[in-house]
Amino acid sequence: MNVIVCLKQVPGTTEVKIDPNTNTLIRQGIKAIVNPFDSYALEEGVRLKEKHGGKVTAISMGPPQAADMLKDAISVGADEAVLLSDMAFAGSDTLATAAALGKAVEKIKNYDLIICGRQTIDGDTGQVGPELAENLGIPFIAYVSKIEEIGNGKIRVQRAVEDGHETIEASLPAVITVAKEINVPRMPSLRGLSKSKSAQIPTWTANDIDAPKETIGQAGSGTWVVKVFYPQRIQHAEMLKGEPEVQAKALIEKLKEAKMI
Amino acid sequence: MEYFLTEQQKTLKSLAHRIAEERILPVRAELDEKEQFPKEILKELADSDLFRIFIPEKYDGLGGGTLDLCLVVEELSRVCSAVAVSFAATALGAYAIILYGSEEQKQKYLPQIASGKIAAFGLTESNAGSDASGIQTTAVKTPEGYILNGTKQFITNGGEADIYTIVALTDKTKGPRGASAFIVEKDAPGFTFGKKEKKIGIRASATRELVFRNCLVPAENLISREGMGFIVTMKVLDNSRPGISAQALGIAQGAMEAAVGYTSQRIQFGQPLISLPVVQYKLAEMALQVEAARALVYAVAKTIDSGVKSFTEESAMAKVFASDVAMKVTVDAVQVCGGAGYMRDYPLEKMMRDAKITQIYEGSNEVLHNAIAIELRKRKGKRE
Ligand SMILES: Cc1cc2nc3c(=O)[nH]c(=O)nc-3n(C[C@H](O)[C@H](O)[C@H](O)COP(=O)(O)OP(=O)(O)OC[C@H]3O[C@@H](n4cnc5c(N)ncnc54)[C@H](O)[C@@H]3O)c2cc1C
Ligand SMILES: Cc1cc2nc3c(=O)[nH]c(=O)nc-3n(C[C@H](O)[C@H](O)[C@H](O)COP(=O)(O)OP(=O)(O)OC[C@H]3O[C@@H](n4cnc5c(N)ncnc54)[C@H](O)[C@@H]3O)c2cc1C
Repeated sequence: MNVIVCLKQVPGTTEVKIDPNTNTLIRQGIKAIVNPFDSYALEEGVRLKEKHGGKVTAISMGPPQAADMLKDAISVGADEAVLLSDMAFAGSDTLATAAALGKAVEKIKNYDLIICGRQTIDGDTGQVGPELAENLGIPFIAYVSKIEEIGNGKIRVQRAVEDGHETIEASLPAVITVAKEINVPRMPSLRGLSKSKSAQIPTWTANDIDAPKETIGQAGSGTWVVKVFYPQRIQHAEMLKGEPEVQAKALIEKLKEAKMI
Repeated sequence: MEYFLTEQQKTLKSLAHRIAEERILPVRAELDEKEQFPKEILKELADSDLFRIFIPEKYDGLGGGTLDLCLVVEELSRVCSAVAVSFAATALGAYAIILYGSEEQKQKYLPQIASGKIAAFGLTESNAGSDASGIQTTAVKTPEGYILNGTKQFITNGGEADIYTIVALTDKTKGPRGASAFIVEKDAPGFTFGKKEKKIGIRASATRELVFRNCLVPAENLISREGMGFIVTMKVLDNSRPGISAQALGIAQGAMEAAVGYTSQRIQFGQPLISLPVVQYKLAEMALQVEAARALVYAVAKTIDSGVKSFTEESAMAKVFASDVAMKVTVDAVQVCGGAGYMRDYPLEKMMRDAKITQIYEGSNEVLHNAIAIELRKRKGKRE
């Protein structure tokens, strides 16, 4: 069972600040972490390997410092890791990200399953997984909460939906994205840590993966960020007084006045 | 303070710290309240290779020394000393095999412990505590192996461990010289466990009686030779005592941190408690005691790791000093936090309860004072 796990490095904070001039994230002083959902993806990959043999390859597209995250991946059981890093990838939206990851997957070859997180905590779109499957022309299952069975060219999984669980089967190779119910990611081991210290993380450029320039980076992106801004916070509260009926009437008047109803 | 830890030591210290914070902290109050053995956490420690650190490399270990073990125990104990002692008692149970085991015994048992099998050490009996020479458990040699009869009491990891080092008399007429050490597996016929003791502190750890009724132990499980039981015991305890001092050190560190945290936030008389001179004095006193204990514990651990032959005195000193610091610091920490310190919603009352045992087990502090005094007389008070 050869598994590829996609990991993205994200800012380790919920209070992301945006530079209004460049429309990009201000990353200084913010510790980068692995996207939390991606640790579940990695753990699931490592468990599959431990059960069925094979290997786990972690890949990420990101700036050179994402190599540290990939080293951490090795400390918790990934066998190999590859970083896609090149100025040509800069400004990628989800479409261009999935295009680059798809090319890298084709270069790695020999995989049975690709596991992604259900979404990131920064971009938050949840699109990269399905787009990747589309690019590779293979089945896709989102929000997997349990892998029931895998082997003989098939995978059967459970996923949580609003009012219960669905059981879904797909042929392999496939892409799945995982929810956090799927497992509890392990702590690194001392032997893993010493392996990760000496690990070399190869960096692949756009040329290395034969990615056509028009499919990646800004050029390959179907969307452009025109402007990023904070919603204006206007703090103004008016407390309504009196019995509930009186308050309700007053509220309706106010809403009418504001042309909201 | 710079203790010149190696890269590997820094790595294992920070790993133990992380596991303590992320996995033990969220459940420590519940484990204590329910007196629940931390099986899953120990498995997690094992999966992170922490059981390997005290096992030689040849037997799937990482060949770490006493200081490595102390660093891990300190970090675990800073958050929960009941977990820390359950871990440390496995090292205690393994030391006899590491120090005196045959090649076959090492090959059979050490890799199992390295990968997470829990171990224990059974010496104490109802009539043999500080005076271990009073043990009455017997081991009679027969063609099938040794037959053990007797009851051990207060054994840490009793009932939870898979591998036990047991000290029993092979020759009752010879007194202490008639004692021998054995490896007994949990499922040996005739080996059962008494009730789990209810304790003041380290309540998540398991302390039980070990009951041997015509328990058959294979002859090849004798450690070293017949009659070596107490020599093995003394050496094992000299080696394991720094682990208990690290346990005490961790408790003291944890209590000091909690006290600084609480007194920085608690406002009385219009200012945080930590601004009051009396509180500052107490906190400073804690800090200097904790650091002095750490310096001694690490120095003793490094002394042992340097390969010196005898370290009874050093090992006793570290244990006595650090455990007294733990007791004093936790009592003072509860005091500066007032009523909150006394409540189970805060961690300090647990730390105070947990600290007490470190003055009692693996040689009570009184008995270790005797041991230090004996060495002192031998060397006429001079420094060597
Ligand atoms: C401020 C901001 C504005 C953005 N605006 C837009 C926009 O307007 N249009 C648009 O399309 N995108 C936008 N993005 C998304 C951005 O381009 C994404 O960071 C990137 O394309 C990945 O998408 P995502 O973070 O939503 O990942 P998701 O699709 O949520 O991620 C799902 C999973 O895919 C994998 N994955 C995602 N990215 C990577 C990667 N780089 N390397 C390896 N695996 C990965 C991970 O397993 C992840 O868990 C914006 C992001 C930010 C932070
Ligand atoms: C929670 C717990 C876990 C334990 N785990 C283990 C274990 O894993 N394995 C194991 O073998 N044992 C274990 N023990 C036993 C422990 O080591 C003994 O309790 C300890 O050695 C003291 O013995 P005792 O309780 O019989 O006290 P006693 O020997 O009865 O001592 C009572 C008091 O008298 C003092 N005293 C005794 N003799 C002297 C003396 N000569 N000079 C001055 N003062 C003296 C002692 O210091 C103590 O204050 C454990 C005990 C506890 C409570």
